[in-house]
Amino acid sequence: MLYAAAVHGRMAKAFELANTQVLRRAALPKSYTDLLGRKLFLFLLTVQGLGAFALITLGVILRKHRVAANVIRPRIRQEIARAGVALLPMFFFVALALGFLVVGQTVSALARVGAISYLGSTMVIVVVRELGPLLAAFLVLARVGTANVIELGTARALGEVEALEALGIDPVHYLIVPRVIGMALGIFSLTVYLIIGALASGWLFAFLQDVPLTPGDYFKQIVESLGWLDFALLALKTIAFGFFIAIVTCYHGLAQPLRLDDVSRVAVRAVTQGVIVCVVIDALFIVLYLVT
Amino acid sequence: MSENSNIPAIAMRGVNVAAMRDASFTVIEDVNWLVAAGEFWVIAGQELSGKSDLLLLAAGLMPPAAGTYRLFGRDTRGLGEAELAERLRIGFVFQGGHLFNQLTIAENVSLPLRYQTDLTPAESAGATRALLEGMELLPLADVTPANVAANWRQRAALARALILKPEVLLLDNPLAGLGARHRLWWLRFLGHLSRGHEYFGGQPVTLVVAADDLRPWQHARRRFALLRDKKFTVIGGWNEVEASGDPVLKELLALHLETTAP
Repeated sequence: MLYAAAVHGRMAKAFELANTQVLRRAALPKSYTDLLGRKLFLFLLTVQGLGAFALITLGVILRKHRVAANVIRPRIRQEIARAGVALLPMFFFVALALGFLVVGQTVSALARVGAISYLGSTMVIVVVRELGPLLAAFLVLARVGTANVIELGTARALGEVEALEALGIDPVHYLIVPRVIGMALGIFSLTVYLIIGALASGWLFAFLQDVPLTPGDYFKQIVESLGWLDFALLALKTIAFGFFIAIVTCYHGLAQPLRLDDVSRVAVRAVTQGVIVCVVIDALFIVLYLVT
Repeated sequence: MSENSNIPAIAMRGVNVAAMRDASFTVIEDVNWLVAAGEFWVIAGQELSGKSDLLLLAAGLMPPAAGTYRLFGRDTRGLGEAELAERLRIGFVFQGGHLFNQLTIAENVSLPLRYQTDLTPAESAGATRALLEGMELLPLADVTPANVAANWRQRAALARALILKPEVLLLDNPLAGLGARHRLWWLRFLGHLSRGHEYFGGQPVTLVVAADDLRPWQHARRRFALLRDKKFTVIGGWNEVEASGDPVLKELLALHLETTAP
């Protein structure tokens, strides 16, 4: 029944190390209760590991912001370019599509039922608060998060992490901190561009459908529906998305000993957990919006 | 060199060595080993005998599972980030190099210097270039490791370990997979480091080499130890190695091969 037997007494060790590989590589249990127990342990171990890894990374960001600045700052710029600037063309296309799919149709539907005065608040809720940040986070997770896991997982499997440690270079400082900062700033900036692009292209599509709405009225309604809290929470939410996507992908790539054949499996797991983490953060912010 | 030459560079007492990949598994038990400054040690052992784990522990990359390990007289359990400078007195060359694949050879070699002394690429270029030139690596400076032959990758890994000018250098099976010309270069270069290289201002570097073939390391002034059956045994000098009747040691000298060859 208990997994202590199933993993030959290494459970305590697994908890100590948050090494979920021990459980993942153990033979499949025979009963459903055991399977459920294993899933529960895996979930707890993953939460514990991710929490510890996030705190360690945060500690390194705060403690070492002046250490080796000539090495780390160019790495941060590189990561901002990778998780931000390099994705701009794709985001331009997505903003156009989002404007067409959501904004254009909403504007047109509201105009048909004579509810065009609700346009501003609808746009703010749908695009600014929800779709914009979430879509930006998912796209960066897909494009950069997966690359993170594969790069770090391969580096770990090939012994590059031990090489960094042997040279007195903190792997969290050199490999993780630039990725976390780059992704947090990247998702924040891309969300802003995505929202602006989607709202602009939305009006364009509404205009093409002959909806009687001047650009002045359209943007006035949106501006009137936006409060200071929207700006503050948008910044917090997108930075939280970036921070945690980077933590989840880097944790799976780096924090556990890997073999080369583990890398692809770990990449899939990291993306799944990245999506779950984003949805959980989004849910927490919905509660915050409702409360305030 | 060490501030006090009477203090051994490496002093292990009753040390148990755990596997790097699985800390619950002990690969070597009860290691008692003293390495004085300036010595050249060769640790012999077959595959999976724990040579790499012993060197990783000696480099301070993992703690002993039991016993005490003193590096330049300081217990390694107390070595934290504040004592990083102490740990950087020891350098490590991995088998196969373990170079950073995203960086060029020059960036690989300069990274430790840039990180530890907070230099820009331009500020570290002079020291990096001089080292690369001295090790015949300059033509490969702007090439990434994936596009360089294994012989040169291993040499670049040595350059990366040397750029911080360590007093002790640990090398894990450095001759594995090298061509004859490169093996000769390595033996000459390590001999030069041991006697005192101009890059180190003529100061001898303490060397510890792990090897699965003892023949290239024959030298009267070197010290030898053997890893077998989870035990670390100090053999002594080359004369003692030759005189030993240990079957594993004979295999590592390839004596069986020579006597059974047609």
